[in-house]
Amino acid sequence: MAYFLQQLINGIALGSIYGLIAIGYTMVYGIIGMINFAHGDIFMVGAFIALIAFLALMALGVTMIPLALLIVLVVPWRSPPSGAGQWNASPTGRYANPFAWRLITAIGMSIVLQNFIQVAQGARVKPLQPVITGGYEFFKDGDFTVIISNIQILIVVTTLVLMTAFWLIISRTALGRAQRACEQDRLMAALSGVNVDRTISLTFVLGAALAAVAGLLYLLYYGVIDFFIGFVVGIKAFTAAVFGGIGSLPGAMLGGLVIGLIETFWSAYFTIEYKDVAAFSMLAIVLIFFPTGLLGRPEVEKV
Amino acid sequence: MISWHEDPVLKVEHLTMRFGGLVAIDDVSFDVGRHDITALIGPNGAGKTTVFNCITGFYKPTEGTMELRQPEGPAFRLERLDDHQINASARVARTFQNIRLFAGMTVLENLMVAQHNGLSRASALTVGAILGLGNFARAEKAAVELARHWLERVGLVSRADEPAGDLPYGDQRRLEIARAMCTRPLLLCLDEPAAGLNARESDGLNELLYSIREQEKIAIFLIEHDMSVVMAISDHIIVLDYGKKIADGTPKAIRDDASVIAAYLGVPDEELPDAVSEVRL
Repeated sequence: MAYFLQQLINGIALGSIYGLIAIGYTMVYGIIGMINFAHGDIFMVGAFIALIAFLALMALGVTMIPLALLIVLVVPWRSPPSGAGQWNASPTGRYANPFAWRLITAIGMSIVLQNFIQVAQGARVKPLQPVITGGYEFFKDGDFTVIISNIQILIVVTTLVLMTAFWLIISRTALGRAQRACEQDRLMAALSGVNVDRTISLTFVLGAALAAVAGLLYLLYYGVIDFFIGFVVGIKAFTAAVFGGIGSLPGAMLGGLVIGLIETFWSAYFTIEYKDVAAFSMLAIVLIFFPTGLLGRPEVEKV
Repeated sequence: MISWHEDPVLKVEHLTMRFGGLVAIDDVSFDVGRHDITALIGPNGAGKTTVFNCITGFYKPTEGTMELRQPEGPAFRLERLDDHQINASARVARTFQNIRLFAGMTVLENLMVAQHNGLSRASALTVGAILGLGNFARAEKAAVELARHWLERVGLVSRADEPAGDLPYGDQRRLEIARAMCTRPLLLCLDEPAAGLNARESDGLNELLYSIREQEKIAIFLIEHDMSVVMAISDHIIVLDYGKKIADGTPKAIRDDASVIAAYLGVPDEELPDAVSEVRL
């Protein structure tokens, strides 16, 4: 029982990170109907910028951890412009163009980011000494102690705060309304005076910002990163987005949690080598019974 | 008498639109008066909707200029603007023959999207909106007020929170006009606003258009097939046939114009006098 509870806590923390990244996939898909394959690498770049920021701050002697954390939490937001750049730089940015072009631009962007980090930072695994340590003993069962570590609390709380902020943006603000309008009818949105290009750019930026924060949290949680983490984590988060129903924000979060939990429990009770197989098989099974994902709406043909 | 030449809100000159070898609009020039209801008529395939698509930025015309004149300040060259600027800067709004609402959003939200630019500015890059800052709250309140005003005008206040796609057809048409009006246009382009409406709804629409002209003092430019509607409400009629302008004038002048009658009846030129005298019988 205690072991189960511990795995549940671990799974929720991991799932929160996947959920944050999945939101970016789902939002970009919602507005332009494209899977942004560079999204996982934006997460990776976010993690690297956070690492560099931490090391720089430590070199400068900033030892007050909350302060360092606050600064680092702000710094990765610098990486989002690469998301906007991606939209504007792509040959398809300004005018509606064949779907494949955008997809290829995204894949190209992914390769560029990976190789840039590999060249700039080296191919070796980068460690960061634990920044946030300690935790709370949840309860004891025999000689097994269930612990919630501070970093896990930080991850879940950050995720909850960002999710709430996002929900407010989408449902309450002019930007959110413009995003939903562009999602439904981009041409009509333009004729109502909405700058569609800018709205799409901002969507990329918002998604990238969340991915960058996820990168920071991943770095703090695992303590090691390399230039290739964006691929597997990105694919997992993409799976989470599809699992929850692509295009749906709560779906992305739910999908992230489910994938995180499946992975954690599989590692705990079966073999750790096959945890990815378990997560992806689950996706296949869910898609057979819910082709639009858990919370997705069926695609309605426009007449 | 010919007021539209004196103070045009829209001045179109030598507009030509070619699609490959097909000439959809051929050297068309006309003025739309600032406070008039102007109708664009013509047989099917005459190029009416293409003219609308050029004015509202769907197509970039092959040749010609379209000048939108503000009451004061500089004129806008519509063919040079991006699609969202045509609404946001030049203040041209339009509706569609096949209605294009944001079907999944509520009636009120449809009207709020139309006021996006003012709100976006007031929200200070969205940050203010999340924090609920006073500036944005005020702008949002004003936007809701304007939306409510138009919902009252089109009689949809009670359905403000329903998804726009759930409204009956006639209501969707009126909502589309309300949404266009929420962008505070100088020129309102309506593509067959009466299509699919029954006689009572059609009368209601005419009332609405009159009231917009009287109260908002803006130009209404419409495509319409129903001649009884056109003759009843228009101040100025422009007739297209095969992409060319064949007549331009008051309803009375158009009613008696031989080439218009010929275009609608489809007779060759040499048989025209006979056909006209038959119609006049």
